[in-house]
Amino acid sequence: MTLIALSLPADARVKIDHWIAQSGARVYLVESHALPIVDIAVEFAAGSAYDPREKAGLARLTLAMLKAGSSRYSESEASRRIADAGAELRENFDVDRAGFALRSLSSEAERKAATDTLADMLQSPRFPADAFERERARAVANILEAETQPDRVAERRLYALMYPEHPYGLSASPASLAAIAREDLERHYRTRYGSMQAVVTIVGDLSRDAARTLAEELTSRLAQGERYALAPVAPSPPTETLRIAHPSAQSHVLLGVAALSYGDPDYFPLLVGNYVLGGSGLVSRIFREVRDKRGYAYSAYSYLRPYQRAGPFLVGLQTRRDQAREALELARTVVAEFVARGPTEAELNAARKSLVGGFPLRIDTNRKVLEQLALIGFYGLPLDWLDAYPARVRSVTLAQIRSAFARRVDPGKLSVVVVGAPD
Amino acid sequence: MIPSRAAVFAAALALVSAAQANPHEFSLPNGLRLIVKEDHRAPTVVHQVWYRVGSMDEVPGVTGVAHVLEHMMFKGTRRFGPGEFSRIIAEAGGRENAFTSTDFTVYHEQIHRDRLPLAMRLEADRMVNLVVRPEEFAQEIKVVMEERRLSYEDRPRSLLYENLLATAFAAHPYKSPTIGWMRDLQNMTWTDALAWYRQWYAPNNATVVVVGDVRPEQVLAWARRYYGALARRTMPGRKALAEPEQRGVKRVTLKAPAELPYLRLAYKVPALRDPANDWEPFAISLIAEALGGSDAARFNQILVRERRTATSADADYELISRGPGMLFLGAAAAKGRSASELEDGMREIVARVAAEGISPEELARAKVQRLSELVFRRDSFFAQALELGELESVGLSFRGADRIAERFKAITVEQVRAAAARYLVEDGLTVAVLDPQPLNPRSAGAAPPAAKH
Repeated sequence: MTLIALSLPADARVKIDHWIAQSGARVYLVESHALPIVDIAVEFAAGSAYDPREKAGLARLTLAMLKAGSSRYSESEASRRIADAGAELRENFDVDRAGFALRSLSSEAERKAATDTLADMLQSPRFPADAFERERARAVANILEAETQPDRVAERRLYALMYPEHPYGLSASPASLAAIAREDLERHYRTRYGSMQAVVTIVGDLSRDAARTLAEELTSRLAQGERYALAPVAPSPPTETLRIAHPSAQSHVLLGVAALSYGDPDYFPLLVGNYVLGGSGLVSRIFREVRDKRGYAYSAYSYLRPYQRAGPFLVGLQTRRDQAREALELARTVVAEFVARGPTEAELNAARKSLVGGFPLRIDTNRKVLEQLALIGFYGLPLDWLDAYPARVRSVTLAQIRSAFARRVDPGKLSVVVVGAPD
Repeated sequence: MIPSRAAVFAAALALVSAAQANPHEFSLPNGLRLIVKEDHRAPTVVHQVWYRVGSMDEVPGVTGVAHVLEHMMFKGTRRFGPGEFSRIIAEAGGRENAFTSTDFTVYHEQIHRDRLPLAMRLEADRMVNLVVRPEEFAQEIKVVMEERRLSYEDRPRSLLYENLLATAFAAHPYKSPTIGWMRDLQNMTWTDALAWYRQWYAPNNATVVVVGDVRPEQVLAWARRYYGALARRTMPGRKALAEPEQRGVKRVTLKAPAELPYLRLAYKVPALRDPANDWEPFAISLIAEALGGSDAARFNQILVRERRTATSADADYELISRGPGMLFLGAAAAKGRSASELEDGMREIVARVAAEGISPEELARAKVQRLSELVFRRDSFFAQALELGELESVGLSFRGADRIAERFKAITVEQVRAAAARYLVEDGLTVAVLDPQPLNPRSAGAAPPAAKH
């Protein structure tokens, strides 16, 4: 039993091809010809962390406006071309990254119609003034709606507490959106959507030669762009508990602290430790204590979201408002207890087995491989990141987990937001 | 250059057919059905157990019991303690969960192919050996009430959907939410859950679907070993359920904390019953695509981009269901636009399709999108298993999947026009309107007050 769980099957491997395009873009390819599908992502260091504070929302709006018309296609033409090819185009956006993921049939006519449209969107957007006003109005409407939703309010406020100075804590407001001019979009696009920062990832039914050509088509007309290093996250701010009134039936409780970036040596100890604490769905400590034993919540979890700079460790639950205080205290206690003592030997073994044995499930579809590949490309992770993953999980020790949590997840420094409870 | 749609059809059809040629179907003497589909792209497997029972089989007073029992299925059997199932699967590197719908209840594991027997052994065990402990039930029913608060009470758009169904249906059990009415959850006892289990959980009411890196004969051998010995049970008779004909627009308004008006419209339409001969459901699915399936669809083009009455708009139709079919249309009003203005716009677009149908270009586009979706689904073992299990569980053979692509392809502009004219009519329409209320009635429009402690 142990043998099976701990040995990585030889066929759960991903062969990554990597090169630098003539444009300077970094390209990553995993060929797979079993299905007539190709998945393509093009991403830039152009997420919300690159927003000027007084113009928060600029990065998100710029990405949306790339679809609103390019040198060759109007907005409607572009939508129709994508739909006529049977393709799906999604926006990828977070604090670090902005870009698109395109899924297309690999048959040549359809694939070319789809990638040709994407190439034009990325490289010659027109930012028409009329569509800009419309997209800004939609963004304002979405923010106002989000301000009525307890989960969204809680998340926004928690990020502001965890990152009081850092742009990871920024969120757009009607005022910051109103401050954005069309020229700001053009400037953001010119500086941030540079070929030298572009990461192109391709998974599926495309030959290496065709992928080479495609990567050039998608990036050769981009400006070079400017390098810009995101500031590190300052040491944790003093702890705060923010209570926000809301007429909801449940209180939404979030606790968090800036903790982990990609490339950090604490990555694997924190990953394995968090699996035990709150990352393992139905079997974590937080789930057991909050949901199974007390019936406080439907969803109770903790997760780590690594970014370029220290991304959050976050604990969340939602519970009937009259028991929110008890549930919050319980969550604090479970975290504090875990940070103080770490997992038991049995818990650590179970976590290792589960993460190693479950590794093939992380890469068993083209779409999952694309997501992994995009992380490797964007954050400059080693090409053997996936192959080395099981061994690195296996090598994590109890001492490493205790040490990493003690340094990175100080329970005294958790910021807390409760939305719903009136007191 | 406009891509050759004939080429897309050919490529998609060839793939869909080739993929469908492979599923193998078996029946065990105890009535359990097994469908196995080989896919060797990764060393993993999906194992799903489909019970042909969902919330539409519930009776008044115990709504939500199908879903509550699904929660209790993780709380231990005569052999394993509460939570053991999850712990064992997790330690084997697997992922597991379950979901309940109006039509069926599904338990699923994703795991390395070598561990499939483990998943089968555990699922077979809880198919017949569940123990419903009163003290576990007492905790779990609280969890389900929290789930209801999270997913419905505090989500105005979900609550609106619940209101819409309760209004659209007078008799059919689709009128009650799968999560159950809060009062029914408060009144539910452990004996309700146990009775449900005894009534519906048996091998002759289950279909096991396995997709992944497996050989069918091997899966059959394991299935015989783990499921084969379970005893068949007599299933209760199922009454034929029908909704009386609707003869006029129905309306419901929901007041809830929100910023913008939101609308959901539902038209009563047929669901697929005979994949070889029905054509209307395919025509309606293509209408849904043309109305709200993509950025290029009419709703987005007209309501969001041209008139700017909506910030988003979509259309949704489930081809496959045990009960009556519904075409759902949804839209969120733009700031400063009223619900009635938005409703007029949506109904005007629908009326135009009912009167004129859609253009040949729109039809071709909708077909390409449906066929591409069928191809894209092949990327995921889980999605493939869902497709097979769903067809089986509503009483259509999984072999129907074979025909679906071809049936879509054969739909004509005239058929779309005929289906639209027949079903996109006021008499079968229900309109649900979310009337947004300020969070704090005393300071309408102000930001929520924040207090630091």
